[in-house]
Amino acid sequence: MKKISVRAVADAVAELCLRANLEADAGVLKKLKTLAACPDNGETPELLLANAAAARGDRVPICQDTGMVVVFLDLGQDVALVGGDLEEAVQAGVRAAYRDGVLRASVVSDPLEGRVNTSDNTPAVIHTRIVPGSGLRLTVAPKGFGSENASALAMLTPARGREGVVEFVLRTIREKGAAACPPLVLGIGIGGTLEKAALLAKQALTLPLGRPHPKPFYRLLENEILAKVNALGIGMQGLGKGPTALAVHILEYPTHIAGLPVALNTCCHVYRHASAVIEGKG
Amino acid sequence: MSFPPVELSVPLRPGALRRLRAGEPVRVSGTVFAARDAALFRMFGAGGEGILWEGKGSVVYFAGPAAAPPGRAVGAMGPTSSCRMEPFLEGLLAGGVLGIIGKGPLSAEAAARLRSAGAVYLAAPGGAGALLSRKVLRAEIVAYPELGAEALRKLAVLDFPAVVAYDLCGGDAFSR
Repeated sequence: MKKISVRAVADAVAELCLRANLEADAGVLKKLKTLAACPDNGETPELLLANAAAARGDRVPICQDTGMVVVFLDLGQDVALVGGDLEEAVQAGVRAAYRDGVLRASVVSDPLEGRVNTSDNTPAVIHTRIVPGSGLRLTVAPKGFGSENASALAMLTPARGREGVVEFVLRTIREKGAAACPPLVLGIGIGGTLEKAALLAKQALTLPLGRPHPKPFYRLLENEILAKVNALGIGMQGLGKGPTALAVHILEYPTHIAGLPVALNTCCHVYRHASAVIEGKG
Repeated sequence: MSFPPVELSVPLRPGALRRLRAGEPVRVSGTVFAARDAALFRMFGAGGEGILWEGKGSVVYFAGPAAAPPGRAVGAMGPTSSCRMEPFLEGLLAGGVLGIIGKGPLSAEAAARLRSAGAVYLAAPGGAGALLSRKVLRAEIVAYPELGAEALRKLAVLDFPAVVAYDLCGGDAFSR
């Protein structure tokens, strides 16, 4: 057995929270630079590029909504975690990052009763998988809620098929996309069960921007949805200029003969995700 | 950019607002009050105490900042979604507000109500909180400090960028 101290997990989570919130995604910046070259796109691309530079220069987050933290842990099965409770360590890392002084605490302790701010942005939402290997891979994806609120899930009938998926995404973005800070990144989970589809959609928002799907069928579907979402004309900031979405990422999973779950997780242009690997020792 | 932004100073004057057209970039300078869900509810919800500032032509910015780094007035401070604030619109307009800064569209009813009150809606770039924080020269909490990021703040802003979203002639930069 290799060993990893949960203290190292806490330190990594804290660092990844800060990195994800302070450093703009390289793929998004590249797209914005291209968009800024065309005057028809208005001043949004220039403002967003200036914003990324301001965040770097001033050490302030790209956006004041520094999210509810989602943490994916892929834990190697040959690793022994030592020194404490793993989930507690993740929460300690989030607490340390959000008490550093630049990130906003945006989490309330109960969704209905009182809605009191926990003041350190805990708890994070943690998804742990046991995988082969002797290391721990962490992905931290703080999610802003302007775009989280523009997400949706549908249990389609199998007969609706591919067209049903396209219609569902277009309907959701038409209704809710303008307030979600476009240009957007769309994570789509198809198949599995209710919660599996939602989890896939969230995971799809941790992929490199614009990564093409390995299967031609889904690559075409990603391209078709991207083209149709951009044909809605919502545009950057909802102001009708430039693209509504920068990328569509699909993740799929086998499902039941009677079902076609589909989840859309909408993300704003602040595409926050950061990963690290801790290798086991000893 | 095809044309230079229009300079808008607060308090807003009705004559200046009439000339604005949807889609035009603007730069706002002067005093702006920052409020969002919780502070607006305290003012205009059931048993609320009403608007806490005075003056015709005032501007409200739907926003709550991240913590200020040393030497800065505010941390990242971009707009939040304005549609959530529609229940408080009537109270704001009654208090003399003529400019609203936020992000995303409002309902057709809310847009019409703003127009009939002679008020404009300005869309600030969502997700540009770092840049917008540089436009805030001073900030002071004027009420509800216990709400943290959601406290009511009085800001002094200079050259704050936005786009005219709803003008007084029925123009709508979101319409498509």
